[in-house]
Amino acid sequence: MKKHLNTLYVTTQNAYLHKEGQSVVVNVEKEARLRIPVHTLDGIVCFGAVSMSPFLMHHCAENHVAVSFLSEYGKFLARIQGPVSGNVLLRREQYRVADIPERAADIARHILIGKIANARAVLRRAMRDHGDNRELKTAECRTTQYLRRLESPMLIEELRGNEGEAAASYFSAFPQLVTVKSEAFQFSGRNRRPPTDPVNAMLSFAYTLLVHDCRSALEGVGLDPCVGFLHSDRPGRPSLALDLMEEFRAFLADRVVLSLINRRQIQAKDFNDSAGGAVTMSDSARRTLLGAWQKRKQEEITHPYLEEKCKIGLLPHLQAQLLVRYLRGDLEAYPPFIWR
Amino acid sequence: MFSDSDLLPLSALQHFIYCPRQCALIHLEQQWKENRFTAEGRAQHDRVDRPEHETRDGIRYEYATLLRSLKLGLIGKADVIEFHADKVYPVEHKRGRPKPTHCDWVQLCAQALCLEEMLDVEIPEGAIFYGQPRRRQPVEFTPELRSETVQTAKALHALMVSGKTPPAVYEKKKCDACSLYEICMPQAHRPVASYLANALSQS
Repeated sequence: MKKHLNTLYVTTQNAYLHKEGQSVVVNVEKEARLRIPVHTLDGIVCFGAVSMSPFLMHHCAENHVAVSFLSEYGKFLARIQGPVSGNVLLRREQYRVADIPERAADIARHILIGKIANARAVLRRAMRDHGDNRELKTAECRTTQYLRRLESPMLIEELRGNEGEAAASYFSAFPQLVTVKSEAFQFSGRNRRPPTDPVNAMLSFAYTLLVHDCRSALEGVGLDPCVGFLHSDRPGRPSLALDLMEEFRAFLADRVVLSLINRRQIQAKDFNDSAGGAVTMSDSARRTLLGAWQKRKQEEITHPYLEEKCKIGLLPHLQAQLLVRYLRGDLEAYPPFIWR
Repeated sequence: MFSDSDLLPLSALQHFIYCPRQCALIHLEQQWKENRFTAEGRAQHDRVDRPEHETRDGIRYEYATLLRSLKLGLIGKADVIEFHADKVYPVEHKRGRPKPTHCDWVQLCAQALCLEEMLDVEIPEGAIFYGQPRRRQPVEFTPELRSETVQTAKALHALMVSGKTPPAVYEKKKCDACSLYEICMPQAHRPVASYLANALSQS
């Protein structure tokens, strides 16, 4: 298996990253705070006022280390892209398949099967752990119905409609997944741009981390992260990365957020309200989430399709590879990640 | 005759003989992962891979010479070419021991064919230096080996023109030693339909 490497998250404001030999050095106030060999990294994510020398950018690009710049609050700003890796013929095949409605819809359908099955698995786990109440049961039943519908081919518009409904029933039961009875963590539906409550702020932040990971996984196998099957093309939107992350939203992002809340590792005081109603995470809350994210990615799991052990952090890469195998014609369909 | 822009790396012949899919993954899809074997091979190569020459005992040794054949459509490098008074003698360095397939021979023969085309000489023989054991094995460029080399070059070009990576065929010995195992996934061909049915039926 590909070695799963670490992502370096830099949240300290005014930090400056540069290259010394084969290492990344993080300077804060002209003092080296961290030194880490580049070959142990597969990504660097900089939050807010963090800068980087062009030589380090070049070195990262050459060594396939994905570098992203996000705002202090996790909004995507820019990323460094090195020479395009992989194969132009594969990317052409990706574009061709994306242009054939039936084939694009077929991939989208399999991705959604993964997404909804994993959301259902999160609901089922909650039912097992905290007893099943009506909301959970209803949502579980509905997701099962949506999954059944996905057994036969659908047009892309129908798929998107189905997805919307499935997401709505999942999120309607989401408050039941929060076991901490605190005013702050009441959840009344998913919102973003900006998130207006702590749970949404955390979800948005976790999804941003997931997009970064999915995007670099796709680039790593030579696919174009901007040409998707479920998400349509829109300038600047990483549609394929958004497609790929659907399978991991509930399984990876939602569960990290929920366990931080339920284990009281993050509390109401960790959030700031702004005048416009937007809620942001404090610096320490972001660090806590990044730590939990990194830890979750190091956990091992048996890949359901490949039946091989791998770290959770490697899953986006493996799914990207399976997508390549399908596009290349090695597999008759795309096998999504389905958590069991 | 091939044009300059259609030349393929000589080393691809070896990959092609080992496994056409491996060859396609490396040269078509540009996927390459280093493992212990390739790293050691590279380390050994780095020692001989220096662009210079020297003369000892009346033999001039040229290192890392660029090679090209427009007839075969190949470009590459020769580790060592010995220029004797009466003959030109290519020597290729390999990390391991002699392999059961012809792939090293074909690669060396291709070098000889390039040299013949470039220098307008005849090269009847060359040698492969194996790291394990540290021994030199002479290789005669017979009509059969020459013909195999030409055929392999043709098949390689056909593969690259097709742009299609051949399907995986799992062969334990070969696949387990291949540095591209994880990228190739030669054992992952479970039907997706039954995987889905199975994954969804479990509650």
